[in-house]
Amino acid sequence: MRYAMAIDTKKCIGCSDCVVACQTENNVPIGYCRDWVVESVAGTYPQVDLEIRSERCNHCDNAPCVRCCPTGASHIVEGGVVLVEPYKCIGCGACIESCPYDARYSHPEGYVDKCTFCLHRVEKGQDPACVSVCPTKCMYFGDLDNTNSIVSKMLATRKYKTLAPEAGTKPQIFYLI
Amino acid sequence: MKTRRDFIKISAAGTGGLALGLSSVKLAQASQFSDLLKRKEKKSEVQERFPTYCEVCFWKCAGWTYKDGEGKIVKIIGNDEDPHCNGRFCPRGTGGVGMYNDEDRLKTPLMRKEVNGKQVFEEVSWDDALDYISEKMQGIAKEHGPECVALFSHGAGGKYFSHLLKAFGSGNIAAPSYAQCRGPREVGFIATFGAAIGSPEPTDIRDTRCLVLIGSHIGENMHNGQVQEMSDAIDKRATIITVDPRYSTAASKSKYWLPIKPATDLALLMAWIHVIIEDELYNKEYIEKNTFGFQQLKQHVRQMTPEWAYGITTIEPDVIRRTAKEMADASPAVIVHPGRHVTWYGDDTQRTRAIAILNALLGSWGSRGGFFLPESIHLPKYPSPEYPKPKRSWRDAFPGQFKLAELALASGICDATVPTTERDCSFKAWLVYGTNLIETLPNQKQTYTAIQNLDILVAIDTMPMEITGYADVILPECTYLERYDDIRTSGTRTPTIALRMPAAEPKYDSKPAWWMAKELGKRLGLGAYFDYEDYTEVLDWQLKQVGSSLEEMKKIGVKKFKREYGDLYYNEGEKIEFNTNTGKIELFSTAMQDEGYDPLPSYTPHPEPPTGYYRLIYGRAPMHSFSRTTNNPLLFDLMEENNIWVNPKVANEWDLKNGQEIWLKNQDGIVSNFPSKVRVTERIRWDSIYVVHGFGHSNKNLKRSYGRGLSDQKLITNVMVDPIMGGTGMRGNFVTFLTEEPTELEKAKGNPYLNEKESSMIVGKEVES
Repeated sequence: MRYAMAIDTKKCIGCSDCVVACQTENNVPIGYCRDWVVESVAGTYPQVDLEIRSERCNHCDNAPCVRCCPTGASHIVEGGVVLVEPYKCIGCGACIESCPYDARYSHPEGYVDKCTFCLHRVEKGQDPACVSVCPTKCMYFGDLDNTNSIVSKMLATRKYKTLAPEAGTKPQIFYLI
Repeated sequence: MKTRRDFIKISAAGTGGLALGLSSVKLAQASQFSDLLKRKEKKSEVQERFPTYCEVCFWKCAGWTYKDGEGKIVKIIGNDEDPHCNGRFCPRGTGGVGMYNDEDRLKTPLMRKEVNGKQVFEEVSWDDALDYISEKMQGIAKEHGPECVALFSHGAGGKYFSHLLKAFGSGNIAAPSYAQCRGPREVGFIATFGAAIGSPEPTDIRDTRCLVLIGSHIGENMHNGQVQEMSDAIDKRATIITVDPRYSTAASKSKYWLPIKPATDLALLMAWIHVIIEDELYNKEYIEKNTFGFQQLKQHVRQMTPEWAYGITTIEPDVIRRTAKEMADASPAVIVHPGRHVTWYGDDTQRTRAIAILNALLGSWGSRGGFFLPESIHLPKYPSPEYPKPKRSWRDAFPGQFKLAELALASGICDATVPTTERDCSFKAWLVYGTNLIETLPNQKQTYTAIQNLDILVAIDTMPMEITGYADVILPECTYLERYDDIRTSGTRTPTIALRMPAAEPKYDSKPAWWMAKELGKRLGLGAYFDYEDYTEVLDWQLKQVGSSLEEMKKIGVKKFKREYGDLYYNEGEKIEFNTNTGKIELFSTAMQDEGYDPLPSYTPHPEPPTGYYRLIYGRAPMHSFSRTTNNPLLFDLMEENNIWVNPKVANEWDLKNGQEIWLKNQDGIVSNFPSKVRVTERIRWDSIYVVHGFGHSNKNLKRSYGRGLSDQKLITNVMVDPIMGGTGMRGNFVTFLTEEPTELEKAKGNPYLNEKESSMIVGKEVES
């Protein structure tokens, strides 16, 4: 099993519903976020191009945050999901520095926090909060090892890219372009 | 928007490098770990949920309010059965929890008092506040007549005050959502199809093959159902054509983006009509059978060629022809969207008429992929005595004007509050429910002047706003998560009803609006109009009339019904009777001709910005509903302030840098109270600037949003009034940049009518509560 997400940049409108849904679902303190929205503009008026992306932890296959964690708090569970065990985390911040996606933040309660793919929901057969709330339905979540999953199907039929592939982290968030 | 990397938020081009921020680290302490354990356990406890429909905007999506094991409201999730949202709330709806949790909420009734020569708000009991209001209202009724009390309303609770006012003997009930927003399109479509658009719009976007947006920025305006369907349309490869001087989010999803010169949309529309008629791209049989005035229209647009329009709009003739062909190819599964906020240049009824005519030619009205025929459930009114007949109406203040307005004008009531020698009576009291009139009506000078002439201003709101700073009495309403309200019955494809019930007791000393209206009614001797102890009695009675009950609705939240009045679309060949004078779709409007207005729309040029000035264009951001949400802790977190979008060429000329704070000054010398940061971007034309509306609060009681960003409303002093229905055109204002902070005096300048006290109110020093 390999959980992954595909996000359709052709449909995302950057409304940030994914951000606030994550905050209320996961009790993320005000002022912090586990996911966020990036907008890139290219070209010159009136030949302009705009790409909007909802970004978060890439749950990398080759996760630098897990390798550099001195206590083993950052670890990988079934499905390839990268998690932080708050009880083991000493808040040293090495993982924050090592992440090429800037996906982690220091929780005010003293540990490092990040996207969990909403595993507590996924275990119940639900989509992560960001996916389930998205008004444009531009996010797809599922198992890459299952060729019938929506993610596998999207990646089989659409062009896509990943972020910072040069970092060699093998990210598992795919942007449909 | 919430971005991890600030430099991208404000950068114009490219992706840039990656930031390594957030390096400050707090070390954990042992005691916190045990808190963590507790927190985790709580999370897993069973949660309760309560049905509601959202009040953060007018789309009113139905959902569920969830509470955790401790009884704390934690989240709101869409109801899967609701056609407004299909189980998916927008960021504002999801962030609605922040409205409930906002510590800046109005907490107790407040009354303006003078203490040692200084005006202050004093906390009073509900009895004192309501006694005072009813005494004032009775005094005004006795001296001037009950019609001199007006209500401005936006939102669910306004209905109870509307009922109260009608029982009291006044029909002067206005919503700025008409004359300041969607009024012109309703009049334009009524004149053409004999039917208004209404809300939510019955646009069949999900099945359309071509969607045309004229300045309508779906996606940034987060009208949930429409946004969802536009996404479906993208999946189905529908052609999207966006006309906008700004590269809006919708423009970025479009096959065609027409970067039109602002204020020339009507010329483009007429040229499209010309192409469709001259190139015979319409269905002749349909036009012959269903429309009136085709020959007059054909004659009228003969000279309005794409070449003619090119000189006006800067859109190339070839693009005009190609896009017209795209629409015709998709016909009748095409939508030329009527827009929502359409009060732009004062000829807005005529522009939306042209949109209606274009839809008529394309046969989209009542067609799959065009406009569907919505149906709603009629809930019988709870038994109550007849309303007395008012002797006067706001219309008396405007003889011979705005003859096609079907609803009261908020701006009209504001104007008719300032006494004149001709009028026998001006308005003496305003009840203002849920609408921040200062930031809603254009020409703030006029609003301030009107307010100074009132005997009493009552503001009912959940939050302190600019308008509450001017109130004599403030009544704190509890949020929608803490109250019952009327059953939602809006028309959709499938008739539905939705229940709003409280998930928690009202915080502080706030109360639901139905209770306030009932208590006022009692004091005004109108108890018979409020014959119930609790509003649940009304809801249960109404629900039982349509075969449901409060008990059932508490369990399901949304109930769907079968359609009873015909199909979703007209059937092919069906004989259709339109509610117009001729019974047909009126390409040539007899109603407009009868009232002395042009029966066919024409383009007229509008003023252009002088050198060094730029057209002020304003709009929406998906995470905010105007000034209403900017202090919401969750939504503030997503977008704290607005930016001033400036084209790089203009920025270069003025030496403006990304992120630089500047003030704006308009053509009348009015300057913004607060600065806003420049966003240099290729997404805006060089003759315009763009800001998101609703920021720049001047009420210090809004601790987060006070002074964050700037208010475009203060800069809208040139108002182009639509002679047909009184809409206030607000896109004719031009601004220039001030890189140095203007003095307090300059900020009040341009308002010479104001005395010192009033000036100080403008610069945000209103009486403190």
